[in-house]
Amino acid sequence: MSSLALSFELAVCVAAILLLIGTPIAYWLAYSNWQGKFLLESIVALPLVLPPTVLGFYALLAMGPHGPLGKLWIALFGHGLAFTFTGLVLASVVYSFPFAVQPLIASFEGIDRKLLDASAVLGAGKWRTFRRVILPLSLPGAVTALVLSFAHTLGEFGVVLMVGGNLAGVTRTASIDIYDRVQTLEYGEANHLAMLLLITAFAVLCLVYAVNRRVWTPAWTPWTSK
Amino acid sequence: MAAAADLKFAMEDLSKEFEHETGTKIDVTIGSSGNFFAQIQSGAPFDLFFSADMEYPKRLESAGLTEPGTLFEYARGQIVIWTPPDSPVAVAKLGWNGLLDSRVQKIAIANPALAPYGRAAVSALQKAGIYEQVKGKLVYGENISQAAQFVQSANAQAGIIALSLALSPGMKKGTFWQIPAEMHPPIEQGAVMLKGAKNKTAALAVLSFMKSPAGKRTLENHGFSVPGSD
Repeated sequence: MSSLALSFELAVCVAAILLLIGTPIAYWLAYSNWQGKFLLESIVALPLVLPPTVLGFYALLAMGPHGPLGKLWIALFGHGLAFTFTGLVLASVVYSFPFAVQPLIASFEGIDRKLLDASAVLGAGKWRTFRRVILPLSLPGAVTALVLSFAHTLGEFGVVLMVGGNLAGVTRTASIDIYDRVQTLEYGEANHLAMLLLITAFAVLCLVYAVNRRVWTPAWTPWTSK
Repeated sequence: MAAAADLKFAMEDLSKEFEHETGTKIDVTIGSSGNFFAQIQSGAPFDLFFSADMEYPKRLESAGLTEPGTLFEYARGQIVIWTPPDSPVAVAKLGWNGLLDSRVQKIAIANPALAPYGRAAVSALQKAGIYEQVKGKLVYGENISQAAQFVQSANAQAGIIALSLALSPGMKKGTFWQIPAEMHPPIEQGAVMLKGAKNKTAALAVLSFMKSPAGKRTLENHGFSVPGSD
């Protein structure tokens, strides 16, 4: 498998997992009244400010046989997590976490409370309100979350470098491949891959901004503009 | 001074000794030789370059970026099979066979595409006749330090790393078996003074200090073999 295909596979896995686990967490962060909520919010935002070397370093220790994750994994599967695709997925989920959760929180919080109250008054339970009111209204947020976590994982370098072990088809992602090729002075191949990543990143960002600017479907945003 | 990653601990001592002897302080930046090579080509302001191979300094020389006549081989790297302190595999006794043990699931080496130590590891494995058997266990560090990190953190159960790192404070507790030098092409390491060095006199003094018996002894104590001695 080419390094670019591997990067795509990783990014798709991570974006899907993050949407699944990010949605309930974002929901809770948006609507909970707990005083200590800021603590969890700070934890969610941590990967934004920490250098990948910090995340990669702790990931490497956590995945080793003396780390909690590594111990568990060895007990379950007989091998460690470092140098595996699963290990990269786990590390990337942490690394891209805020890119999925924060847009979701923003869109949940942006929903007019009156609509939620109306839904409750009309007898809908929390789950029904979520499905029928919150979810449709926060679709742009979900698209942003999905696309940003995909793109951020695609561009991941430091964490993969520190826990990947550079195995072709398993952990050698496009960004690592580019780094290697620059190191070995294969500038032509490096440029080829780098250009593909650049174009993908641009396309992805265009998609996010277009969705948020409601370029295609104004019907997605039934709330009145301010 | 730009110095390759395997020199980290040797350079700490060497610069101290040099400063003690001459009163001149050396400012050492440790990194990967390939990165330094690219940076020097782009005009990085180093006076001296201590590479982990001969290739990069030679290329800089033929590009006219060095002071003519200053390139020399200051040391040769040696490699060892290293295992963590609590390893169940007695590598010091088993040598190559230690790598065949089923409890050794991953073997960390430096990326042979990038690092001379990685190339030496692969050719030693081939010479020992076990490369095909262990190929599936190999994981690659971007440089020899990262390969050491993988095994020191016990994510890999064994590693082929530089003797200079095996002797370093963080790895001293592990066990190693030294791979005989004739099993791999020599890891020749070259140093050179760069064109436009700001302090040429001091740079020349550093180069001759490295060639002096005291400098050679320190390099040897840190796991390098030095051409022309013993």
